Amino acid sequence: MSAGRQSLAGWASVSPALLWTLVFFAAPFAAMAAVSLFPKDGGGFSLANYTQFFANPSYWRALTNSLEVTLIVTAVSILLAYPFAWILAFVVPERWQRLALMLAVLPFWTSYVVRSYSWLLVLAEKGAVNNALIHLGLLAEPIQLANTRAATVIGFVHFFVMLLTLTIFANLKQLSPNYRKAAADLGAGPIRSFIHVILPLTMPGIMVGAFLTFVLAIGDYITPQILGGNNELLMPQLIMMQIGRRGDFASASALSIILMAVVTVAYLLCARWLKIERA
Amino acid sequence: MLSFRLGRRLAGASFGILALYGASAANAADELNALVWCDHSDPNLLAPFEEANGVKVNVKEFEGTGAGLAIVEQSQPGDWDVMVIDSIDVRRGVDRGLFAELPEDKLPLGDLFPEVRMDDMTVIGGKRYGITEKFGYNTIGFNKSKVDAADMQSLSILTNDKYKGRVAIYDYYLPVIGLAAMSIGKKTADLTEADLPAIKEVLLKMKANAKAVTDVVSSQTALATGEADILVGGGEWVSAVIAKENPDLDFSVPDEGAVLWSQSLAMFKDSKNPDLALRFIQYVLSPEGQARLATSSCYWGMPANAKAALNDEQKAILRFAEQPEFLKRAQPYPAPSEELDKKMQDVWTEMLQAQ
Repeated sequence: MSAGRQSLAGWASVSPALLWTLVFFAAPFAAMAAVSLFPKDGGGFSLANYTQFFANPSYWRALTNSLEVTLIVTAVSILLAYPFAWILAFVVPERWQRLALMLAVLPFWTSYVVRSYSWLLVLAEKGAVNNALIHLGLLAEPIQLANTRAATVIGFVHFFVMLLTLTIFANLKQLSPNYRKAAADLGAGPIRSFIHVILPLTMPGIMVGAFLTFVLAIGDYITPQILGGNNELLMPQLIMMQIGRRGDFASASALSIILMAVVTVAYLLCARWLKIERA
Repeated sequence: MLSFRLGRRLAGASFGILALYGASAANAADELNALVWCDHSDPNLLAPFEEANGVKVNVKEFEGTGAGLAIVEQSQPGDWDVMVIDSIDVRRGVDRGLFAELPEDKLPLGDLFPEVRMDDMTVIGGKRYGITEKFGYNTIGFNKSKVDAADMQSLSILTNDKYKGRVAIYDYYLPVIGLAAMSIGKKTADLTEADLPAIKEVLLKMKANAKAVTDVVSSQTALATGEADILVGGGEWVSAVIAKENPDLDFSVPDEGAVLWSQSLAMFKDSKNPDLALRFIQYVLSPEGQARLATSSCYWGMPANAKAALNDEQKAILRFAEQPEFLKRAQPYPAPSEELDKKMQDVWTEMLQAQ
């Protein structure tokens, strides 16, 4: 096959994906970028929607809040998901693994909104958590759990632990048992073997899961809106606020692009790290 | 140059998809397409009209005038027949050339509570474009078994720490800013940018006492579960619908007054079923329609028509008999200019971010 024909075949095979990306990503993104440059109050082209973000501490704070919450959620989810995935991969007998995985992802089957409202009730002053802690004698009076950042983190972690468990489990299952045996032969105990052999080899699974968690959590509106009690605003809430009554799509678009820039930086860091690991 | 209007059209692509979905069954002569708030989706309200006229009412719910107008702008002319809109925002629809003049002689304007006709908002250039269908108060909602009802007669309680940690604030900046303004003796109709620093101070004090700033559902949940005992900005729209399950939920109209909310019905000028649209408006404004709308399963509110066919129990829950007194003390929703609206929203954002 000539080089020209090969090139044509290559374009033909990627064209559906390219077309999809152009129509459903590049074009809407370009439209959003254009809209963000024409503020709602008229006056033509302006960067006012962007300068407003950097000049207004309340807006800036929404971004730092989002980053803080997302990083906490990602870290906690990894810490919980890793041992869970390990147990599923190495402790649960092979024949039960499929069932165990299905049970692990069961919460995915329920509505996201319903699940968030359920957490609101569970974490309420008269909810299951406070009642349990009081009955166990750990608390004298109920504490505020609902409508806090902690509630938002709990709601997120409940969801993303499942996602991370799946990516880490898939990575662990691909590892040959010979790695652990070789490490043991060379005198490494279980902890050393895990830290120096297994953990580095499963970092791609962790990083992919962590990136997905980061992207999905930082752009999520429902969980912080329902569980956070609006005691602080995250970026998606700030974006929605621009649209609700005022219909200020220009401002909402600018904020969305800033959020997207943050996600892009996260992706570049993640991609760079994975590249270094492969090298 | 890309105009702002075109820009909005581009940005609202997602709303366009929703709009197309909502209007998929549009234009049939036996169908009415209505952009509504959730209280109009109750089959108990729609069924009698549908049966009497042999038509189907397709409803699409939205929250916030901005979101509603975005749906309209992403739709084809004629896709929608009627719209529910904040009375203060009727002008926004008229400015966009969306609404048709309503024939006053075919509407029961004489039966409406005079205070809620809102002619200054619904009559523009001498023509009526909206008619108030339901109203109520953004005031103090509370659980009377948990707080002293006498305390709820003054807005000053909202900045007092007596009930610290037992308060929720309704997450809508206009009415709560209105309440904050009234608590320091300002009139909601006269607010200017110069008033905002003082209002912000009040809002920050309210926030310091509050456990959460909640949307409609969360507000109801907070009061129903005991998570909060007081709702700033609450009123019959929160307490009445769950009054049977929790008769201790109540609202006050403090001595300083309350913010009067009202929603209107408007008809689209491009409606392909204008006769049917007008019949729908007439039905909703009729005594029967008003009773059903006032007691909708989504939220209750006072019917604009004083002749609404409510039973005694319903009237008691809505405190029908006290309305003349309440209306005397009520002040209208703040209706800021575009610029002031933005500044008010920024003050609200600051309050939400305050720790």
